[in-house]
Amino acid sequence: MMVTLNDYLVLSAILFFIGFLGAIRRKNLLMLFFATEIMLNAVNVGFAAISHFHADLTGQMFAFFIIAIAASEVAVGLGLLILWFKKKNTINLDSMQKMEG
Amino acid sequence: MMENYLYIALFAPLVGSLFAALFGNSPKKLFTGIVASALLGLAMYASIRLGIHVASTGEAIHVNLKDWISIGHVSIPFGFVVDQVSVTMMIVVTIVSTMVHIHSIGYMDHDKSFNRFFAWLSAFVFSMMILVMSDNFAGLFIGWEGVGLCSWGLIGFWYHKEDQRKDGELTESAFSTLSPHSAVSPSWAANEAFIQNRVADLAMLVGLFLIFWNLGSLQYDVVFKEIGTLSHGLIVAIAIFLFIGAMGKSAQFPFNTWLANAMEGPTPVSALIHAATMVTAGVFLVIRANDIFVAVPEVGYVIAALGAFVAIGAATMALVATNMKKIIAFSTLSQLGYMFVAAGLGAYWIALFHLATHAFFKSVLFLGAGNVMHAMNDEISIKKMGGLKKYMPYTALIMTIASASLAGFPLLAGFFSKDMILDAAFASNAYVLWGVLWVTAGLTAFYSFRLVMYVFYGKENWSHDEQHPHESQWYVIAAMTPLAILAVVAGFGEGSYHHFVTHLLPNWEGTHGTTHYILVALAIVMSLSAIAFAVFKFKSSNTYFSEQFKNRPCFRILANQYYMNHFWDKVVVNGYAKLAQFSWKEVDLKIIDAIVDGIAGLIYSGGKEGRVMQTGNLSKALKIMAAGILVLLVLLVAFGNK
Repeated sequence: MMVTLNDYLVLSAILFFIGFLGAIRRKNLLMLFFATEIMLNAVNVGFAAISHFHADLTGQMFAFFIIAIAASEVAVGLGLLILWFKKKNTINLDSMQKMEG
Repeated sequence: MMENYLYIALFAPLVGSLFAALFGNSPKKLFTGIVASALLGLAMYASIRLGIHVASTGEAIHVNLKDWISIGHVSIPFGFVVDQVSVTMMIVVTIVSTMVHIHSIGYMDHDKSFNRFFAWLSAFVFSMMILVMSDNFAGLFIGWEGVGLCSWGLIGFWYHKEDQRKDGELTESAFSTLSPHSAVSPSWAANEAFIQNRVADLAMLVGLFLIFWNLGSLQYDVVFKEIGTLSHGLIVAIAIFLFIGAMGKSAQFPFNTWLANAMEGPTPVSALIHAATMVTAGVFLVIRANDIFVAVPEVGYVIAALGAFVAIGAATMALVATNMKKIIAFSTLSQLGYMFVAAGLGAYWIALFHLATHAFFKSVLFLGAGNVMHAMNDEISIKKMGGLKKYMPYTALIMTIASASLAGFPLLAGFFSKDMILDAAFASNAYVLWGVLWVTAGLTAFYSFRLVMYVFYGKENWSHDEQHPHESQWYVIAAMTPLAILAVVAGFGEGSYHHFVTHLLPNWEGTHGTTHYILVALAIVMSLSAIAFAVFKFKSSNTYFSEQFKNRPCFRILANQYYMNHFWDKVVVNGYAKLAQFSWKEVDLKIIDAIVDGIAGLIYSGGKEGRVMQTGNLSKALKIMAAGILVLLVLLVAFGNK
C-alpha cells in the first residue's frame, strides 16, 4: 500500500487537533508549551509532505524556519516560566489572572 | 487722477470709522467726532469732484481694486464704478452724512458712548458707499448687508433701555403711535429691523443666484447686456426676487414695521437711515437694475401699485400719530412709495431725482426733530410741546422750510420731484395711481404742518419748571443750513439733472401742454389747501381731532398702525415660536435625539453585556480565540470566494 499525500495531511490534522485541544484544555503552562509544539510540528509535517509530493523545496525550507523559531520561542518561554515559578511557586494559568471582567 | 478721488470717497468713511472704533471703550473724546466728520467731509469733496468730472466728460470711471473670487469661470472682482447714477447717490449720501456727523457732535454731546456712535455712523456710510459704487451685484450685496449690520448697531445703540409693554391702552402700548415709546425697546427694534431685512435678503439672494446661474456673471454691464437672452418667465422671477429684497431695505409693505420702530435709535441715526444710507438702497437697486425691470413691465406695474398703496397707507398712519419721529418716519415710508411708483412705471430718473430731494428735506426734518427733542429732554409727543418757535427760532425756520418742501409747496425741491412723479403716473395712464398719489400729497401736506403747528406754535403744553428749551449749538444749525438750502433750491436743477442722468437711465417724458399745467395746478391746489387747512384749523381750535373721533375704530386702527405690528408679533413671530417649539419638543427630542440616543445606548449596552468575557484568565481567552477562529473559518468556507 502506497502512502499518499492525503495520509500525511490526515496525520498532520490529527496532530494539530491534539495540540489544539491541549492548548485549550490544559491549565499547566508547561503542558501549554507542549501543545503548542505539537501544533507547530503538525504544520511541519504538512509542509514537508507537500514539499516532497510537489517536488518543491520551499515547504521544507519553511519547516526549518518554523523549527528554528519554535526553538527560540521555547527558550524565551521557558525562561519566563522559570521566573514565574520562582516568584509564585506555581505555573498554573489561573494564577496569572489579574483582570476581573 | 480721478481714481484717487474715487478711493478717497470710498475709504475716508472707513478710516474715520476705524479711528473712532479705536476709542470705542474710552470715555467721550471730542476729536473722534471731529475726525470722523472731517473725513466724511473729505469724502463729500471727492464725490463732488467726481460728480463734476462725470458731468463734464460724460464718462464713467471704472476701477478694479483686486480680484475677490476667482475660481474657474467665476470671476468676481472688487470693482467700483462711478457713473451718473452712482455719483448722484455718492453726492447725496456724503452731503447728508457729513451734516449728520456734524450734527451728532452736538446731539450726542452728553452720551457716554460718543466714540462708539461715530464708529458705527461712519461704518454705516462706508457700507452705503460700497453698495452704490460697486460694479457688480456681489459688491452691492456686501454693502447691502453692511448697511443692515450698521443699522442694527445704531438702532439698538441704547441697548440698555428696558422693554415696554406691547399691549395695553393706546397711550401706553409700544405699538401705538400715541404712546411715549417708539418701540418695545431699542434692542428689540434693532433685532426687528435686522431680521425683517434678512427675510427679504433671502429673496434677493435667490434673485442673485438666478442671475448668476443663468448668465454666469454678476457684473452689471454683462448682466444688463445679456438679460434679454433669458426667457420671459425667468426675468419675471429675477425681477420679483430682487424687488422683494428692495422691499425689505426700503420698508415697503409688508416689511414696513421696522422703519417706524427704528425710531428708538438716536435721532441722527434716523436722519441717516431715512435720507442717505439705508431705505434709499432699495430704490437704488431698482434704478440700478432698470434693464431688468424694463424687460418686464408687468412687474413694474405691481411695484408701482404697491408703492402707491404704501404711500397712502403710511400717510394715513401719520395723520393721527403724536410721536414726532414716527410722523416723520411715516412720511419717509410714504415718499418711498412715491419713488417706487416712479421707478415701477419706468420713470427711473424721476425716482432718483425724488430720492435726492427727499434726502435733503428728510434729513433736515429729522435733525430738526433731534434739536427739539434735545431741547425738551427727550420728549417725543408733539402734544407736549408747543410754542417752541420763541425758544429755537432757527430750528423752527429750518423745519418749516423742510416741511414745506415735503408738502410740495410751490418752487421748493419737493414740489418739483413730487409733481413729476404725479405727472409720470398720469402720463402712464395709471389714473388710479395718480389719484391715490394726489390724495396722498394732500395728506402729506396736512400732517407735516400739523407737526410744525403742534411743535412750534400754539400754547406751551409744558411747564417751565421741568423744561428749559434752548436753541442748539451754532455748529448744529450750521450743519443743517446747507441741507435746508438744498431742500429749497434742489428742484431748480431738474432740467440739467435730467440731461445729466439720462445718459445712463432711460429717458422719460411726462405730459405736455395744457394737461401738464392742469396737473401742476391740481397738485398745487391740493398741497396749499391742505397746508392752509392744517394752519387755520390749528389757529381756530388748537387741535385737529375731536374727542368723539378718538373713540372711533378708524382712529384706533390708524393709531395702531393698521395692526401691522400686532400681525408680525402675534402671527409671524408667535407662529414661528410655536413652530420652533414643535420642532424642538416633537421632532428634535422625539425623533432625532431618540435615534442618536438609541445608537449610543446600543453600543453602551453591548459593551456592558460583553465585558464579562474579559475575565483576564488566559485559558478562557484562548478558548474564545479558538472559537473566534472557528467562526471565521466557517464564514470563509461558507462565503469565501471559490
